[in-house]
Amino acid sequence: MMESYALLIAATLNAGTVLALASLGLLINEKAGIVNLGAEGMMLCAAIAGFAAVVHSGSDVLGFAAGIGAGALLALVFGALVIWLNTNQYATGLAVSLFGAGFSAFVGVAYVQEKIPPRPSFAIPYLSDIPWLGSALFRHHPLVYLTIVFALALIWFLYRTRAGLVLRCVGENPDSAHALGYPVRRIRLGAVVAGGALCGLAGAYISIVYTPLWVEGMVSGKGWIALALTTFATWRPARVLLGAYLFGGVTMLQFHLQAIGVEVPSQFLAMLPYLATILVLALISRNPQWIRINMPASIGKPFYPGGS
Amino acid sequence: MIFARCLCCKTMTTLRLQLAGISKSYPGVIANSDVCLSVMAGDIHAVLGENGAGKSTLMKIIYGAVKPDAGSVRFNDEAVHIRNPKEARALGIAMVFQHFSLFDTVTVAENVWLGLSQRLSLKEVAHSITSKAAEYGLEIDPGRPVHTLSVGEMQRVEIIRALLTNPQLLILDEPTSVLTPQAVEKLFVVLRKLAREGCSILYISHKLHEIRELCNACTVLRAGHVTGVCNPAQETNASLSKMMIGAEPVQLTHRQQQAGAPLLRVQNLTLARDEQFGIDLDDIALEVRAGEVVGIAGVSGNGQKELLYALSGEDVRAASGSIHIGAVDVARLHPAGRRKLGLHFVPDERLGRGAVPTLSLVHNVLLTRQEAIFQPRLAGGWIRIGQLEAQTTEIIRRFNVKASGVHAPARALSGGNLQKFIIGREIDAAPKLFIVSQPTWGVDVGAAAQIRSEILELRDAGCAVLVVSEELDELFELSDRLYVMARGRLSPSVPIAQASVEKMGEWMSGLWPSPTDSGMLEVHHA
Amino acid sequence: MLKLEVRPEPSAWWSYASPLLALWVTVLIGVALFSALGKDPVSGLQVFFWEPIRSAYALGELAVKATPLLLIALGLAVCFRANVWNIGAEGQYVLGAIAASGVALLADSGTSRWIVLPILLAGVLGGMFWAGITAWLRERFNANEILVSLMLVYVAVLVLSYLVSGPWKDPQGYNFPQTKTFDLVTRIPRLLDGSRVSIGIFLAMLGVLGIWIFLFRTQAGFAQRVGGLAPAAARYAGYSSRRALWLALLISGGMAGLAGALEVAGPIGQLTPYVPVGYGFAAIIVAYVGRLHPVGLVLSSILMSMFYIGGELAQSRLGLPKSLTGVFQGLLLFTLLACDTLVNYRFKWQHRA
Repeated sequence: MMESYALLIAATLNAGTVLALASLGLLINEKAGIVNLGAEGMMLCAAIAGFAAVVHSGSDVLGFAAGIGAGALLALVFGALVIWLNTNQYATGLAVSLFGAGFSAFVGVAYVQEKIPPRPSFAIPYLSDIPWLGSALFRHHPLVYLTIVFALALIWFLYRTRAGLVLRCVGENPDSAHALGYPVRRIRLGAVVAGGALCGLAGAYISIVYTPLWVEGMVSGKGWIALALTTFATWRPARVLLGAYLFGGVTMLQFHLQAIGVEVPSQFLAMLPYLATILVLALISRNPQWIRINMPASIGKPFYPGGS
Repeated sequence: MIFARCLCCKTMTTLRLQLAGISKSYPGVIANSDVCLSVMAGDIHAVLGENGAGKSTLMKIIYGAVKPDAGSVRFNDEAVHIRNPKEARALGIAMVFQHFSLFDTVTVAENVWLGLSQRLSLKEVAHSITSKAAEYGLEIDPGRPVHTLSVGEMQRVEIIRALLTNPQLLILDEPTSVLTPQAVEKLFVVLRKLAREGCSILYISHKLHEIRELCNACTVLRAGHVTGVCNPAQETNASLSKMMIGAEPVQLTHRQQQAGAPLLRVQNLTLARDEQFGIDLDDIALEVRAGEVVGIAGVSGNGQKELLYALSGEDVRAASGSIHIGAVDVARLHPAGRRKLGLHFVPDERLGRGAVPTLSLVHNVLLTRQEAIFQPRLAGGWIRIGQLEAQTTEIIRRFNVKASGVHAPARALSGGNLQKFIIGREIDAAPKLFIVSQPTWGVDVGAAAQIRSEILELRDAGCAVLVVSEELDELFELSDRLYVMARGRLSPSVPIAQASVEKMGEWMSGLWPSPTDSGMLEVHHA
Repeated sequence: MLKLEVRPEPSAWWSYASPLLALWVTVLIGVALFSALGKDPVSGLQVFFWEPIRSAYALGELAVKATPLLLIALGLAVCFRANVWNIGAEGQYVLGAIAASGVALLADSGTSRWIVLPILLAGVLGGMFWAGITAWLRERFNANEILVSLMLVYVAVLVLSYLVSGPWKDPQGYNFPQTKTFDLVTRIPRLLDGSRVSIGIFLAMLGVLGIWIFLFRTQAGFAQRVGGLAPAAARYAGYSSRRALWLALLISGGMAGLAGALEVAGPIGQLTPYVPVGYGFAAIIVAYVGRLHPVGLVLSSILMSMFYIGGELAQSRLGLPKSLTGVFQGLLLFTLLACDTLVNYRFKWQHRA
């Protein structure tokens, strides 16, 4: 019984890592003032890219690299359109998602039945032998721990370095930043590509570690949930991490409830993460002042260097 | 091309900045044409011109934000090519913009830090801010978040940021539009000190009396050309005006009129702010009678925006009974309802609020005029396009709006013409109560004169008019009575004959006598 | 170097030319893609652009696909013009199908033919209900409608799955997750024998006219447009943003629901888990390519149907996966967004100063 709770916690951390990585990437985007609705598409393309890379090379590292590359490439196209051609951010992000869904399905047709080498088990020596805590916390893929480290690094970057201050100010008022001589467009592009890379990493994690296979649409909305997470967490990395694990927990809850024999049709349990997202969005957005205080002021608005 | 005459000993002063043959054009408009400018070290050199004369473009060229199409720039007698603001700063050119480059959510010190190219730490920057501020008598606290500052204080941050670069040339773009008259004097003290220390100052303005008081040299621009170079201290308002607009300033006829019944009554209007960085309104009381022009003076950011939202109906949170149009309580009434009662309002934001930029003039008339709507109850009403077009044509003709046709998009109009259109649209509705905010801001002198005379005509016809403006001169020209708005509160009203620039300036800092001090009013008058 | 410069006035010519240019670029990329996949590009183009219009039957199939796309896109046009981002039209479509099926399942051979009307009405109401949830959450809680409507898509699909695997499963269906085939009386009337085109195409045309009148000849439609173009101006004019929100979502939800009802009581004839085919998402592209204008939407829905049919034919004739459709649709939106820059900007050679 206790063991099953330990496994639930472990599964939560696993699921949460995907959301956390993607959401942290989107946070970087949005701090610079850009909303990338293409998260789902980027994650899908990264998932198939990563999976295919592992199938062909046997190397997990190459798989992750392929995923990062796929995400960054899509983000680059998105960034070029939105930052230099000033296309509508929401529409362009949607285009990325729609294209990513179609493209990943198209490429993935050849990989539906493929398998990758069995996943090695990761266990931190000594720590993983602690009863209960060991199986809950210390038997994860290295990326789970790296995600936490990364979140901390991001906090330090954003709030303790001048570069982070510049990024935040670009997101708040790009016209002022431009007047002060900062290369606003290049900074934003950097943020967008970094965000895309992280979404790509999250997508690759899904197909390589989380459920090691490829199925069309296997990201099942996690990209969208990650977007909701950044708003829910009011654009703070620590809260993103917390929220990601929370949602990961909700996602895992459905399996846990089924395992302990709760008499609810599986479809309703499967709805839990989506309903939870709606609920959280509603609660968080209720106070528009709170959102406005924390939201980077220039989100979604186009930037014209010469003045419009 | 006219060169400046050196006004003091030739061998002692350096030619700090020299522009020759500067030209710049944008699609459809020539911003600068063969402009020459010479600034000596220690000069306070005015660049005078009305809105649209090309002053901003010229400054952007000097500051490196814009590249000229032709011409040369010499700094300290060396030819330079300033490619971006960073290079300008490296040369020793600093600029304080009309619209500040500040970030609201971070502190003063962090803002200044971002504007400095050197590799200093935040602590060092905070320290330099305090010492520089003390040196020039400016009060500022480096640790305060910028959004808590008043507009005047924000300008101080910009100035200190400029001063910390130890500039040899400081450019100020319309610095006094956000200052009370007293704060303007303080600014002049700082600038004179700077000039004495050898820094040259380029002072962009269209305010003649300020330039005559402060500057010792002046270049006048009109429609992109230089039309005169002089010493403003030796000129009169009339001669400067002639160089600036080619004619003497228009005098408005202000007839004496007996005001009628009060049409707008505001009592005990207290309203919490709607936005995070807004202003709370506190116990506002005001009255506007038929046949009079009432002005509200004050620097923007003191609650005018919030008051206007409440008056126009865009904000319906006011307590019942606090706003009356005639006998009707409108505090909770939406804008369309107030228009039916005869209220027409012209906001200060033209594109985006007063008019939709991408829609045609015909459709923009529909925003506030319902005459062409048939059967409003059915799906909002059928639009009779023909009637709408006729209405628009009439407005364009009567108010002399230059547009390529009734179907031209609003954003294709120049600032002055758009303002004439919007004001025309509201006046054409024969309002009983007319409220306008910043009627001639950013508008060329010809259109401004026309707009002001239209306002006076409305008043003469018996309409109650409320004008909110930052320009005291304009309010003195137009108003019968004056209020001052400061920090969300409204002063008592004063008849224009008893108002003066100094008194209004004091009141803008909130220093008006409270009702209990009315016995003291006579003493203060002296 | 090449620089972008703002045009003083948006170019009317490029407003019309941009979608065509975007299509052309998509075709070029398509040709490259076909070659890269080892297929003959000409047959690829043929399958996408010639086959779907070759015969009367083919045109009928085109109409069958275009009808739901057009209906949904008309509703989305009202939404997007008001800056209400209804991305969950797919979910509203599913709910419309579910509601229509619920009514259709009540029919047996003795029911009057007029049951078609309540079926369609149920579809509209179902879609409106689902969209109404999004509207309520946005109005009451200020919740972002993009994410809420999208989450509701996943929920709707799960509801569908539950119904067809559980309470509504056909007892004679060999345990397949699907309802029984609806009785013939419930079928949407066909227009012509030998073709699958139904009266849905008339409804779609009515929709085009109705939406055009609404948007461009009524004040309510004008208020809707101003709300999207300049929210501050809408507030100044006194247009209720609340009303704009509900109108937008109810209209688009209703139209998506109607499309769902037409599909399920028309060509498909039963409720299955395969009802959601992505029309709700494709309609977003249709709306954009059609410039959010009812007439443009007619053209772009035809174009998008050609992509759908082409994808199916590419699978059966050329052995390419059907998901090729999705790739082209996404590409078209990308290229359109890029080409649209030319409406407001132009390229200029600038010599280095």
